[in-house]
Amino acid sequence: MSTSFREITINGLWKNNPGLVQLLGLCPLLGTSNSTVNALGLGIATALVLICSNAAVSLIRNTVTNAVRLPVFVMIIAALTTCIELLMQAFTYELFQILGIFIPLITTNCIILGRAEAFAAKNSMLSASYDGLMMGIGFSLVLVAIGATRELLGTGMLFTNMHLLFGSMAEHWQIVVFENYKGFLLAILPPGAFLVLGLLIALKNWIDQLYAQHTANTVTVNAPAVSRRVRVTGVVD
Amino acid sequence: MLPEISRSIVKNSLVLALFAAVTVAIVAITQQSTESRIIEAERAAQIRALGEILPAHSYDNALLDNVIYLNEPLLGHRADTPAYLATLAGQPAAVILQANAPDGYSGTISLLIGIMADGTLSGVRAIHHKETPGLGDRIELAKSPWIKSFDGKSINNPNQRGWAVKKDQGDFDQFAGATITPRAVVTAVHKALQYFDQHHAELFAQLNTAQVKP
Repeated sequence: MSTSFREITINGLWKNNPGLVQLLGLCPLLGTSNSTVNALGLGIATALVLICSNAAVSLIRNTVTNAVRLPVFVMIIAALTTCIELLMQAFTYELFQILGIFIPLITTNCIILGRAEAFAAKNSMLSASYDGLMMGIGFSLVLVAIGATRELLGTGMLFTNMHLLFGSMAEHWQIVVFENYKGFLLAILPPGAFLVLGLLIALKNWIDQLYAQHTANTVTVNAPAVSRRVRVTGVVD
Repeated sequence: MLPEISRSIVKNSLVLALFAAVTVAIVAITQQSTESRIIEAERAAQIRALGEILPAHSYDNALLDNVIYLNEPLLGHRADTPAYLATLAGQPAAVILQANAPDGYSGTISLLIGIMADGTLSGVRAIHHKETPGLGDRIELAKSPWIKSFDGKSINNPNQRGWAVKKDQGDFDQFAGATITPRAVVTAVHKALQYFDQHHAELFAQLNTAQVKP
């Protein structure tokens, strides 16, 4: 079974997006999306773990028997997450303090075990790593979209505190979009995360629908109106 | 049948053990290679936090090497808590106390309070709290300059009555929609000044014992 890189790209970024379609890893998605810098920080960390774990799982896919497959995957993922956590602590200490518990929680993010099981365990190392990259980017994009929306609605500003991630050159990236903005507390608080995510999913489905109508008009192909949730766990045999 | 099962058990256990060893090795190597960097980053963050409270030219010693530990009910301590002694040319210059306000809106608020040797406040920062975002969290400097209203104040400026929020006929502003948080902070800072007023001599007396440490 092999999947073309083009297909992997489309799957990760759009058709089977982990944040909008698979709805996996909602805990960090909702927990750290209250500002752009937090969202991007956790997105990058998750993507790194995802790429490395997919590569490692693919590498050992033929040597590990089914009986101990899952514990081995979990061990690999936990080790990689711990390494990323240590590296963040060493190089982006303040961001590490803000993200706090959500970094070790990457271990329990279902996307990572989901991709290990559904894709990496059945594909070559190259396409598995590429799948990790695309899924990671797809997840990060959704995370950053929610983070930026909530930051903008909640505080009227964008890209606050980006220096926590990019160092002193990002000190002045902050953009005040609305002057004298009173702040919209709901967007910053947890309910705001659910609302924005819901709106994003609706937006994606709406675009899919428009696209389906468009193709139905030009070519008489019966495209599905909305994207269906794709099964992510492997078939047990 | 039986030997086959036991063989597969042995094989699987070995595979698991092998992966456990490899993953532990990877984590251990990463930990070893980042350890000094992490200690450095922690120290830098602490120095930055302390440096924000005291004016740069007011002291010339390494604050992190002049730590004493206090367990003082008046400061809301429940365990040994560090305090930092600042000196200028060997003379006592200031002290940074860590105080806890136990009566925040949602739990304890931890504060760093810098007091100059003459008893005036050089700065206050909230270092840990769980106050409501958008309301009580305006005690953070990143959210509001309110916490700077303590700068230059001392135990007699304002007087006893003035050490309260305006709603309680004091001198300090409260926030719209949040009175409990600033009230807790004002009380904790006032208590810290009372503590300093009573104990500054013995605090600075410990300077010598604190300095002995390498």
